[in-house]
Amino acid sequence: MELIIAAIVILIKVIVIAVILFIVPIPLTWMERKIAGHIQQRLGPMRVGWHGLLQPVADGLKLLTKEDIIPDQADRLLFKMAPLVSLVPPFAVFVAIPFGESVSVMGYEISLYISDMNVGLLYILAVAGLEIYGVIFGGWASNSKYALLGSLRTCAQLISYEIPMGFSVIGVIMLSHSMSLLDIVNAQQDIWFIVYQPLGFFIFFVAGLAEAQRIPFDLAEAEGDLGAGFHTEYSGMRFSFFMLSEYLVMLTISILCVLLFFGGWHGVLIPLPAPIWFALKVGLFIYIFMWFRFTFPRYRYDQLMNIGWKVLLPLSLFNILLTGIFIF
Amino acid sequence: MEQAFFLLFAIVAVVSAGWVVIAKNPIHSAVALMACFVQIAAIYVLLRSPFLAVVQVFVYVGAIMVLFVFVFMMLEIRQATLERFLPDRGWLSTLIPLLLGFILLGAIFSSPLISNMTPPVEPPSGSVRELGILMFTQYLLPFEVVSIVLLVALVGAIYLARKDDI
Repeated sequence: MELIIAAIVILIKVIVIAVILFIVPIPLTWMERKIAGHIQQRLGPMRVGWHGLLQPVADGLKLLTKEDIIPDQADRLLFKMAPLVSLVPPFAVFVAIPFGESVSVMGYEISLYISDMNVGLLYILAVAGLEIYGVIFGGWASNSKYALLGSLRTCAQLISYEIPMGFSVIGVIMLSHSMSLLDIVNAQQDIWFIVYQPLGFFIFFVAGLAEAQRIPFDLAEAEGDLGAGFHTEYSGMRFSFFMLSEYLVMLTISILCVLLFFGGWHGVLIPLPAPIWFALKVGLFIYIFMWFRFTFPRYRYDQLMNIGWKVLLPLSLFNILLTGIFIF
Repeated sequence: MEQAFFLLFAIVAVVSAGWVVIAKNPIHSAVALMACFVQIAAIYVLLRSPFLAVVQVFVYVGAIMVLFVFVFMMLEIRQATLERFLPDRGWLSTLIPLLLGFILLGAIFSSPLISNMTPPVEPPSGSVRELGILMFTQYLLPFEVVSIVLLVALVGAIYLARKDDI
């Protein structure tokens, strides 16, 4: 009986999180357009619904009714597979992400995470990196030179930024003596790790921008020089899968920033319920991501490589050394 | 239950490994190899070593395969996919590996070692910590030697790739 209840609870949690993840990008697209509009002294979407609130619905309907085009010489199998490949890892990541401590419902203790792995952080970094395969295979399968260039750049960019990203969280692991995200958050009960790890956070955030393919590092799309980069040939629902996964990766990186460096669901000064604190902090990071998009220009490809290998990598190694001395 | 999962992962792993060899298109081979690596990671989880499983995904699927795919994309592989996989008169080159393979399989399955394998040991809690301690105390020398070997390989690669006029 206990076992069945536990299985049902896990199943319900998985379904709830999956549904939330499918819904979350919808308000995010609206937010992004509004922020873009206001930064550029426009109003953004205003026509559909109050202040354009129903604009995502209109967009969704438009994408659903678009013709699904597959280029003549494309690799059909990979072309169809790529959007799904890019969509699965962002969902898989959320297995290991905790949203808070336990709550008790009807006398039954329910934890606000699906699984507390003792290699949680490493799991998240490993699985989040797989999202990029959708981009790579999609660009290659399109059989278009713009798309191919987009995926080539993505390959090189991924390898260059995954390393500093992995190194930047080592400082956090050293401070909390654990790779379980629950332990990491609990270690920040009094002082957030941003106080001890400002350099680590900076590297993580910059590498996260690159990982999420956001401006100033969205060389895979680069609509200025590559048409639309890897998704030049995609249309309709297949295209929207790519967008969905892009927003989910942005959400993942924001959540990781909060969990690793900004104390997770532990609040300061104002006593709010833990999930609200958590949502507020994540929202702030998503806002920063969008704000960056309309503030910075895109880097050139060689500049991108230089930043990755000659700036971020040495800095992240230095950060590990510094943390070691600090702990010692 | 566990055996069912093992069979599932093992069958997918073997089929995808076969696909790596059979597929004409190198990119398809790469996809199949990725699938194979992921299955092997799943088998590591069944063997109670989640750390090894995650590292498998991180290093092999996440990094090494990206490098493979990067190289494939630089090459003109459309020509290669048009060529026949086996030349007509290559039946001998098919037969001999098949024969060797069957001999190998026969040797493996007739070995007494396969029938008295011990089940996986339940590791102590916090296996990452244990692993780290072991790596930096008992196995420090092998660990350092492996690092040096990797460094030498890196230097060698850079030497081979450098331009002559520098």
